[in-house]
Formats: sequence, C-alpha cells, structure tokens
Amino acid sequence: MTFDERYFNIGRLDRLSYGDSFIHRLDPRTKVIATILFLFTVVSFPKYEVVALAPFFLFPILLMTLGGISLRFIALKVLMVSPFAILIGIFNPLFDTQTVTIGFGTSISAGWISFAAILVKFTLTVSTALLLVATTSFPGVCQALRRLGCPAIFVTQLLFLYRYLFVLAEEAMRIVRARDLRCFGRQGRGVKIFARLVGTLLVRSLDRAERIYRAMLSRGFAGDIPRLGGFRLRSADLAFAAAMALFLVTFRFFPLTEEFGRFAQELWR
Amino acid sequence: MHMADALLSPAVGITMLAGTVAVGGYASKKLKENIDDRMIPLMGVLGAFIFAAQMINFTIPATGASGHLGGGMILAILLGPHAAFLVMASVLTVQALFFADGGLLALGCNIWNLAFYPGYLLYPLLYKPLAGGGDRPGRVLVASVISVVVALQLGAFSVVLQTYLSGKSELPLGAFLLFMQPIHLAIGLVEGFITAGIIGFIRSVRPDILACAATSRPLSGDFSLRKILITFAVLAVFTGAALSWFASTHPDGLEWAIARVTGRAELPEPVGGIGVVLKDIQEKTAFLPGYGFQSAPSEAIEAEAPPAWPAVEAGTSAAGVIGAAIVLGVVGLIGFCIRLVRKRVQGATP
Repeated sequence: MTFDERYFNIGRLDRLSYGDSFIHRLDPRTKVIATILFLFTVVSFPKYEVVALAPFFLFPILLMTLGGISLRFIALKVLMVSPFAILIGIFNPLFDTQTVTIGFGTSISAGWISFAAILVKFTLTVSTALLLVATTSFPGVCQALRRLGCPAIFVTQLLFLYRYLFVLAEEAMRIVRARDLRCFGRQGRGVKIFARLVGTLLVRSLDRAERIYRAMLSRGFAGDIPRLGGFRLRSADLAFAAAMALFLVTFRFFPLTEEFGRFAQELWR
Repeated sequence: MHMADALLSPAVGITMLAGTVAVGGYASKKLKENIDDRMIPLMGVLGAFIFAAQMINFTIPATGASGHLGGGMILAILLGPHAAFLVMASVLTVQALFFADGGLLALGCNIWNLAFYPGYLLYPLLYKPLAGGGDRPGRVLVASVISVVVALQLGAFSVVLQTYLSGKSELPLGAFLLFMQPIHLAIGLVEGFITAGIIGFIRSVRPDILACAATSRPLSGDFSLRKILITFAVLAVFTGAALSWFASTHPDGLEWAIARVTGRAELPEPVGGIGVVLKDIQEKTAFLPGYGFQSAPSEAIEAEAPPAWPAVEAGTSAAGVIGAAIVLGVVGLIGFCIRLVRKRVQGATP
C-alpha cells in the first residue's frame, strides 16, 4: 500500500462515522460493550466449530446494512489484513491430518475444518471491529471507554493521537513527496535516509507539540479533555443490548444451525 | 507481528488484557503523580508521529523488501517507560480499530508484546546501562540494536506462546519458533539501526530534546511493583517454556505438568496483594487452555470410530452443513432487505 492510500484509508473510515442511522445514534457505550461481548462469544467457540458460527454473521450484517456502510469497503479491509491469520492457519491441514466426515459421503482432514473456523472467526472479529468505528466514530469509542472506567490520561492520549494523526500524516506525506521528487528508482529508500526523514518528522512533531501546548494553555487546558454533553441511555439502547444478549446466549449454547439443517432434511424427505 | 483475534482463546485473551490493564493502570498512576501538563500534548503528538512514521516505507538492505518502523524503543528513549507504554498502547489501539491490525481481544496481547517489553523491561534493564549518558554514538548504536533485538525476540516469542496456548493453530511450537524468531531477528537488527540513526540525527540537530528527555524522566521509587511486574513477566515466560516442554514430551500428562509447574508457588515469597493477584492471573493462563490442544484431536479420533456418523461433533454432519447454508442465506437476505428498504426510504425523502 502506498503512503497516500494508507492515508486516505483512515480518512474514509472516519467519514463513515459521520453518518446518521439507527446504529449511529445508539449510545457508544452500548455498542462498545455489545461488540466486546460479541467478540468473546465468537472466539470462545472450540476450534472445530464452523457451522455454529454461521448465525453470528447476522451482527456485522445488521451493523453494516442498518448503518449504511458499503460491504465492499469492509470486505476489502478484511482481505487486506488477512495474510497473518491465513499464514498461521494454513498449517492446520498439514499437521492435523485425521479425516472427518462432513456429510454427503465426503470426508476431509480435520485440519481443514479448524482452518475454516479460523477464517470464519477472523472475518467476524475483524469486520465487527471495523464496523464499530465506522458506526461510532473514534472519539465516540474513546468517550465510551472513559465512561466505562478507562483512565482519563489514556483516553486523552487516544484523542490527541487521533486528532494529530491526520496532521502528522500530511506532514509525513510532504516529506515523502519531497523525497520521491528528488530520487529515482530505489535510490533514497534506504535505511539511512529513512532514519533522517523520520528524524526530521520527529523534530517537526516535537515543535508542533510545544506550540499546541502553548495554544492549549492559553485556552485554559487543565490536563483533561472534557466532553460537552453527556450520554443518555435511551430505550433503543436497552432494547439493542437485550436483543444482543439474547442473540449471543441463544446461538452460543444451542446448536440451532444444525437443527435448522435437520429440519430442512426432514422437509426434503 | 500482530496477534489476531481468530487465533486466540478467550482465556489467553482475557489474561493478557488483564495484564495489560494492570500495567496501563500503573503507568497512568505514575504519570498522574508527577505529570507535567506539557507531557500530554507531547505524548499525543508522538503517538501520531509513530503512526505517520510507520506509513513511510523503507527498503530493507540486501533484500529489497520494504519495512516500516515499530517505534517502541524510540518512545521509551524520548518519554521514559510509563508514557512510552501508554503512547504505544494508544497507537496499537488505533491500529486495531482502523486498520484491523490485530483485533480488539488481541489488543491485550499486542500491547503486552510490543509496548511492555521495550518500555518496561528493556529500556531500563538493557538500553540505559548500555547507552550510559547517551553522548557516545557507538554506545547508543550498540545499546539500541541489542535492546531492540531482544525486545522483538521477546515479542515474537510471546506471539508464538499466545498462539500455542490458545490451541487454535496446529503449528508445532518448535517449527513456529523457528519461523518467527529468525524473521524478528532480522527485523530487530534493522529497527535497532534505525532507532540509533534517529537518535543520532536528533542529537546532531536538536540536542536539547534529548537532554530534556533525559532529565524529566522519573523512574525511581516504587521499585517493588516494578520488581513484581518483572518477576511476573519472567515467570510467565519460564512457565510457558516449561509447559510447552512438558506438553511436547508428555502429550497426555499436560494437566499433570501444569499442576507440577504452577502448584509450587514460584514467586519469591509473599509479596502482598498484587503478587497474589498476578499469580492468580498466571495460573489462569496456565490452566484454562489445557483443554484446547491435546484433548480435542484424540476425542475426534474416538468419535471417528466405526459408525462414524452419529457421534461426530456438531458441525461435521450433513445437517450442520445444510443448516449453516440456510442460516447464511437468511442472514444475507436480511441484510439485502434492509439495504433495499433503506434505499427506498432515502429515495423517498430527498
């Protein structure tokens, strides 16, 4: 990924969170807690469980469709980060070679099943995390964390980082562009030049921090970024949380997917 | 390398989150005690700096592959361990949320692997003694290369252990280690040189920055907690190593091995509440994953025996496959309908 692509990538996810929908309007705390519970539930399935994970696609699909976020965008991002999980998971079929029947008279090695489970879990967890930001906005997530007991200093840090991310990324973009204009081919991309570029970026960042600090002091900064207007839990939030809890418990503890399949088989006969 | 949610078991994830939250709370407390308000924007901007710097690629010498900065050690040198830990943690959080690099549950693992080791372990124990006052470029180079290499080795080792203990991957521990450690040795060498290069550059253009960083760094007092944390980390690594040893030689005696290893309280001696809590956490790491890796395959074999069909785990029968297809179809349909309705509504209200 080139520099510009990376940069616009963050910006795009950020802009998605300006949207206005049922999901966007939910209290950030509800969404953060729901997402975390969802992730734990998904991850808690044993390693040969693939089928029972199917219903869990409902949650990201609902976030995506109700929140009006494009499937293609999320799918691309999931694909982009998939190499590590695939790289580790692909060894399962190699090392776990006992065969298991999967119905229809076919059988495959158990490793493929656990590999599939890793991929399904990967898709679920990654897409949900991305959708959380896309529907809540990063500052929203931070404020929710603050209300849920995260230390103020860490939340302030996250907010600052986020605010200056775009500024410094542009600064870096200018530096990179300057290098690219002056260099041909592979020239100028070595480690030595890199250390100097980053050093320059660092000096500029530090100077900027100093200026920001003075500006903030003159506006009455006292060590914390307050949020104007609190959160309010509405009935929609409670309904969402209740539905989520019911959904997670049902599909975690009852193998309904298989029941559906059996039912369909009965109908067929 | 970032740990991913999909490779993680809840027990390992929760344990690492707990460890990270404990260290994060400690770091916040230490910072709050002797904070200079100036630090707050500085930390924020440096976090953004690490991010921006990571977006710049460079060519790794002799390979042509491109790499990017990790940044943990630079932060520790500039900010000291507490602030560096929080900054790195925030960088990893943003990465998890925006790039889906690692996941939210794996965040505990990733912060531990990439922020705890360089800041709390290697900066005070290796970098500082080796670099001395930091005014001799040679020493700084040696110090940063060694400490970054060790930090990355520990980080890579932890990724391997966390994956292994989670039991979702079938990779044998040895092969996985052989794969991860050398790669991270190379990455560590490059990163070490870059770290030294950046520090050298800063020294030549703006020596005041480093001088300021060197003096405004409080890392004294409260030594006990640090000791406990370090003991905990070392212990965790050792129990992990011992466990994996037993696990590989006694495929069936794993529970026994765990009991042997954790049954004996290995902490130096009563270290008060925190020590007990940490040990508790550590025991949880050791116990819960036990069911995951060795027992499952053997059960599957037993279930596989002659009749083959009825007893197999859920998810491996035809009904399971059909059910999954139906459920996915329904989920897809729901999504499609909602999208359709939304379009209608939006079309109706311009």
